[in-house]
Amino acid sequence: MQRRSTLNHTCSRRAEALHSGALTGPVQAVQISVIGEPEDSMGTETASQDPELLRRLLRAKDRMDAASQEAWPIRRLASVSHVCEAHFARSFKDAFGVPPHRYLLTRRIERAVTLLRDSDLPITEIAFQTGWQSLGTFGRVFRDITDEKPSTIRARARAAARELGSVPACILSAAHRPNLTISVLEKRRRPAGRIKEPQPTEVQNESVDPDGGYIRARSG
Amino acid sequence: MSQWIQMVGIYVRDQDEALAFYVDKLGFRVHTDVRNGDFRWLTIQAADQPTFQLGLFAPGSPMHDAATEQTLRAMVAKGAMPSLVLAVDNCRAAYDRMLTQGVEFTQEPMDRYGTVDAGFRDPSGNGWKMIEVRQ
Repeated sequence: MQRRSTLNHTCSRRAEALHSGALTGPVQAVQISVIGEPEDSMGTETASQDPELLRRLLRAKDRMDAASQEAWPIRRLASVSHVCEAHFARSFKDAFGVPPHRYLLTRRIERAVTLLRDSDLPITEIAFQTGWQSLGTFGRVFRDITDEKPSTIRARARAAARELGSVPACILSAAHRPNLTISVLEKRRRPAGRIKEPQPTEVQNESVDPDGGYIRARSG
Repeated sequence: MSQWIQMVGIYVRDQDEALAFYVDKLGFRVHTDVRNGDFRWLTIQAADQPTFQLGLFAPGSPMHDAATEQTLRAMVAKGAMPSLVLAVDNCRAAYDRMLTQGVEFTQEPMDRYGTVDAGFRDPSGNGWKMIEVRQ
């Protein structure tokens, strides 16, 4: 862990001169050479991360928020943050508590829930608009994350939405974000109602494909 | 008895940078800017909202120990601070103006919920929603 922070720190140093602007902007490659340098050891994972690095990781998170229907492979995210690819997923997880791919899935499901609630779009159309390329995958991931079918959520969300007029919409949307604390694959493995310790099933260099990548491998 | 909220503070990573952002780019004015040793009390306000100030404060001494300062700086940089909302009379016009100023938008103006809203961050990472309020 110590070693990894040092590498990240080196990445940040190299990237300090590169400051990416708003939604658009040219992405420049960053040449990284790994040179150890002294660091102070802090208590928690986040606290040991350089605020300047965190600010750039936040930019990657913002970009996923802004366009969760797009594919966000690690390479793309790392270039937004000006972090070397090898360290991006780890740095992101240290900063935000979930790996980038899982974060993206929760955002997609959140958007799907919003569309189910606020639009009359057919569920197939919602699946395509939120970043999936097959209705089957969408439905499966949706159920894995929310334990509900899209049609069920649609009915209930519409009933509930009528009672939430005064909270700013964006805040409300965040409040509805699925709280996915374990991987989708792990969640799927668990029989309903049985509690068991989550096993780490994340792939270190997971890359996002529009169908939800590695979670297509179903057991059984 | 009458009461109202006069000032709410946010943390910024650098007060000079924040001042340049909120005053030069967003068009607020400085209300108070005084120093006492390490401490700088800096507040800004909107021209047509004279009863309210937004404080721009830097984590650190003399208010915080080093570990607390580090934690606060991380929280701000991660965007973990509470949402701020800027009301504007024309969201798209404000967006165009701010974009030319180099403001970092996280969400382009969108028509929804009967109004228009956009999202941006200050240089420190504080997140703002900009919502059109029709008066």
